[in-house]
Amino acid sequence: MDGVDILIVVGRVLAVFVLLLVTTIFNVWLERKTIADMQNRVGPDRAGPFGLLQTVADGLKLFFKEQINPSKVEYGMFVLAPFLAVIPALLLFMVVPFGRPFTIGGREVLLQGADLNVGVLFILAMSSLAVYAVVLAGWSSGSKYPLLGAVRATAQAISYEAAIGLSIVSVVMFSSTRAGGTLSLAGIVESQAGTYLGFLPRWNLFPQVVAFVIFFLAIIAETNRAPFDLVEAEQELVGGFHTEYSGMRFAMYQLAEYMNIFSMSAICATLFLGGWNGPTFDGQIPAWVSAVLPTVWLLIKTYAVIFAFFWIRATMPRLRYDQLMQIGWKRLIPAALVWLILSTVAISVRQFGLPWSA
Amino acid sequence: MSLVVTPGWYMTLAALLFAIGALGILIRRNALVMFMCIELMLNAVNLTFVAAGRALGNLDGQMAVFFVLVVAAAEVVVGLAIIVAIFRRRESASVDELSEMAG
Amino acid sequence: MVELIVFALMAAASLAGGVTVIRARNPVYSAMGLLATLFSMAVLYVLQLAHFVAAVQVIVYAGAVMTLFLFVIMLIGVDKDENTAETIPHQRRLAMAIGLIAIGLGTALVARGRFSWVPLVDTPASAAETNGTVQALAEPMFTDWVLAFEATALLLTVAAAGAIALASTRKPIISRVPSSPAVSPSRRAERGVGGSGQEGRGGHPVLPPAAGDTRAGS
Repeated sequence: MDGVDILIVVGRVLAVFVLLLVTTIFNVWLERKTIADMQNRVGPDRAGPFGLLQTVADGLKLFFKEQINPSKVEYGMFVLAPFLAVIPALLLFMVVPFGRPFTIGGREVLLQGADLNVGVLFILAMSSLAVYAVVLAGWSSGSKYPLLGAVRATAQAISYEAAIGLSIVSVVMFSSTRAGGTLSLAGIVESQAGTYLGFLPRWNLFPQVVAFVIFFLAIIAETNRAPFDLVEAEQELVGGFHTEYSGMRFAMYQLAEYMNIFSMSAICATLFLGGWNGPTFDGQIPAWVSAVLPTVWLLIKTYAVIFAFFWIRATMPRLRYDQLMQIGWKRLIPAALVWLILSTVAISVRQFGLPWSA
Repeated sequence: MSLVVTPGWYMTLAALLFAIGALGILIRRNALVMFMCIELMLNAVNLTFVAAGRALGNLDGQMAVFFVLVVAAAEVVVGLAIIVAIFRRRESASVDELSEMAG
Repeated sequence: MVELIVFALMAAASLAGGVTVIRARNPVYSAMGLLATLFSMAVLYVLQLAHFVAAVQVIVYAGAVMTLFLFVIMLIGVDKDENTAETIPHQRRLAMAIGLIAIGLGTALVARGRFSWVPLVDTPASAAETNGTVQALAEPMFTDWVLAFEATALLLTVAAAGAIALASTRKPIISRVPSSPAVSPSRRAERGVGGSGQEGRGGHPVLPPAAGDTRAGS
């Protein structure tokens, strides 16, 4: 571990950080424009060209607003909770590979924050930690609406975490038949290289469609997006768990939500849609374009998933809380379990032959 | 004191944490805090297992930790359910008031 | 060198968390202290190359068990002062004495460098042996330890069923809301009349005991 290695590590972490923040700023604008377009209106178009600086304007506004500390709050937890929201959101993207590894001067540089060999478990761990921000915010606010919103949000998050975990198990098991058992996301991406029959890419989406659907629905619920956003619904709960927050602390919750959306979409693209795999036309285009192209492919796939998030938000009405919990426990988790059993049977029959034949 | 972090360091830390947890059980009377001190002791034991496994050069320590984790999770689930059920009857979370068999 | 710094930081954090658990008046702060200790434990596991155990520790302990603790703390209410009567005479003083002796022993071990009793066999072979990746742990799990694995799976199922059986009742929700929490006269005067029946002692709202289950039979 010499100086250059340390610099490379610092560079990767900074790249992840910058990518996450820039795409979050862009995503807020993109969401408002997309939903506006679907609702036949224009959306923000005043702040900057095409309204692109709208997010910056919103951020500055929240930065200058007063951070109100109501008198009945538990002050330590009240201040700590937004940080507990932002930190897992930032860390979640660290394990996603956002480009093909390249070699410079004899060193191989991974375009990933950290290539853990338990990368998938790290994702589950960070999404488990996001629960704490909600429950602490709600409890420490010292009033009824935040507490109710926090309890509901926490119950929702932990229910859909189980569905996420089970669907990921199916995918990981399948991808281990291709490339050796690995929980590292770089390995999972590499196992999706190549094509079937020359044109259909070997994504995990095609053999594991049901797992993809379950994962996609579960991450919408996990990030508290519509139609699963009862916990921050203005009509029902004033503001849910972030009622008593204002100013920069509130901005941190919004930041954490959009970073979670981007990270979870990137993880969906990595696990199911092939990550940074895609045709790179080596030799036909300049080398630097070929090096950047995998990142572009990943961004395209991620934004396809994010567009689906926005589309669903613009289209579907909000689910009632008991409907939400019913979907989580009675539909998604049994479906994930059944799919897991089916996948296991299919994989072991392919590997070991039928049980009754030798 | 050599400056290589050997498994003995981890075991010492685990012993200190265990002592803190045991002290907490003896001092505190709130059932939930006593439960948390039990979890602290379990974590200290887990750290000892991992350190010992490392010192002996095989993975049995980590396997044992895995099972201790699972059993501790199951224990927390049942224990908290018991505490909630008791609280419904008595409106108090202090273990001293549970010493009577009546009620 | 890096290992030494990280170990020192995480040891300090875990000890601070442990002391917070036993000293905090408010159980929520104890829960946060325990959370700090659990995180420090996870980092210490990573230092010892036990990656899978560290990840499972964060997911299960810090992510699920502590959330459950926080839920129950919010349900039970946090402001009742602890009963300071002692069942064994001089219990607290004896406990502090024994605890300080134990902690003193540990500190003496540190100071005299005696913990090099357990040496580190630091060859590349042994590091590879104890590298706790998922692949390395999976093989003994499903060959040598498969009986324990299946038994703990059964244990988890039984525990979940038992918890549901213990925590559910059959009475309708409305009759279980406490009508007037036992509040001392001084507190009641301080809060004024008419706080909603949902406030526990000290003004923090607590949930009625049946919060969380939606409708009977849903």
